[in-house]
Amino acid sequence: MDTNYYLGEDVLQAFRRAMEDEGESPTGKSILKALLKNAEISANEQVPICQDTGFAVVYVEVGQDARIEGALLEDAVNEGVRQGYTEGYLRKSICDPFTRKNTTDNTPAVVITDIVPGDKIKIIMAPKGGGSENMSRVTMLKPSEGLKGIEDFVVQRANEAGSNPCPPVLVGVGIGGTSEKVAILARRALFRKIGSVNPDPELDASERRVLRRINNLGMGPQGLGGRCYAMAVHIEKFPCHIAQLPVAVNICCHASRHKEITI
Amino acid sequence: MSEPVRLTTPLKEEDVKRLRAGDRVLLNGAIYTARDAAHKRLVALLDEGKALPFDIKGQIIYYVGPAPAKPGQVVGSAGPTTSYRMDQYAPRLMEVGMRGMIGKGNRAKEVVEAGCKHGCVYFAAIGGAGALIARCIKKVDLVAYEDLGPEAVRRMEVEDFEVVVVNDVEGNDLYQMGKKLYAVNE
Repeated sequence: MDTNYYLGEDVLQAFRRAMEDEGESPTGKSILKALLKNAEISANEQVPICQDTGFAVVYVEVGQDARIEGALLEDAVNEGVRQGYTEGYLRKSICDPFTRKNTTDNTPAVVITDIVPGDKIKIIMAPKGGGSENMSRVTMLKPSEGLKGIEDFVVQRANEAGSNPCPPVLVGVGIGGTSEKVAILARRALFRKIGSVNPDPELDASERRVLRRINNLGMGPQGLGGRCYAMAVHIEKFPCHIAQLPVAVNICCHASRHKEITI
Repeated sequence: MSEPVRLTTPLKEEDVKRLRAGDRVLLNGAIYTARDAAHKRLVALLDEGKALPFDIKGQIIYYVGPAPAKPGQVVGSAGPTTSYRMDQYAPRLMEVGMRGMIGKGNRAKEVVEAGCKHGCVYFAAIGGAGALIARCIKKVDLVAYEDLGPEAVRRMEVEDFEVVVVNDVEGNDLYQMGKKLYAVNE
């Protein structure tokens, strides 16, 4: 519930910084002001930032010395989602892909489990809205296309996404692995705090280049013209097959929502 | 930025013809909600030669699926959804009198052209500002398709709902105009 009511301090700061940017358009500034006001209302009144309270995506990191007793982990997560979305007056947005019949309680969640060292369990709740998720893409580039090819693909994706994913956005990029691995890398890249530095100097430089190129397209907040379309670009990489260069882009709307708890 | 224009629904042809891409508009009166699932049913009714569940002449359709209302609220958060999913249906509704659409994101060329032909404008509301927008919605009534849950057709009474004209009846496009103004060539 909290992830849908409260916007992270890093996002609020990014809005304020963009508002102070001399180059930001008057329209862009007025949109950022409205989004700050929106965040204030949602936090004070405990109502969702956005009506699309998302698909409940839950990352669970299970310490290999931890022991789960009783119910299945996935059932417990779904019960939590059911209660949270019902008691929190969050929108139920999950349906059958063909009949479009709503499941009425926002379950099932997408549960992604990792085994990690230790005896704790970390749960990251990261709801994802439909508008921004529709702009996600996975592609398999030719290895010869290299970093330049990857950067061109990401910039092109942002250009095509335009106003759809509710900018100012965060852009998560995954490089390497396989088609399934790269999609997870791109999503997890979004969990990094805005303003944090990528420890890999090559990726850090690439993040800055891609961010500049995306914002130079001039789309701005809500795509109505301005300098701040993207607040940050975050890249994660993983080794890949000699025949491949997988790339995934996961665009997150301004309501960059994720919250974690360790038990 | 120019001063906003205040308009009350139903819109007249001259109201719509005066608007230009980039104009800020404060909407008042009743607007109707529908997303893709409802649009599919509305167009099916027209194809069967049947009447729509509400009089669409001069009206605006808002692409929204609100969050549930908390006790004491009129409606939960209610920002716009992405409009391209309604592109295949919108021209058909313009033919029978729809004068405006509210959403976010680019429209297909066919929708912009149909808007010029039939006198229908496309407005954008701020995507993701659902809690703020809900404040200008004063009354909500169910009109049709309750089984669609958040996607049902509802009649909303709004006061000074701020939107901006993206596509006017001359085929201008604010998204393209904004990009041209602020793009930096490297």
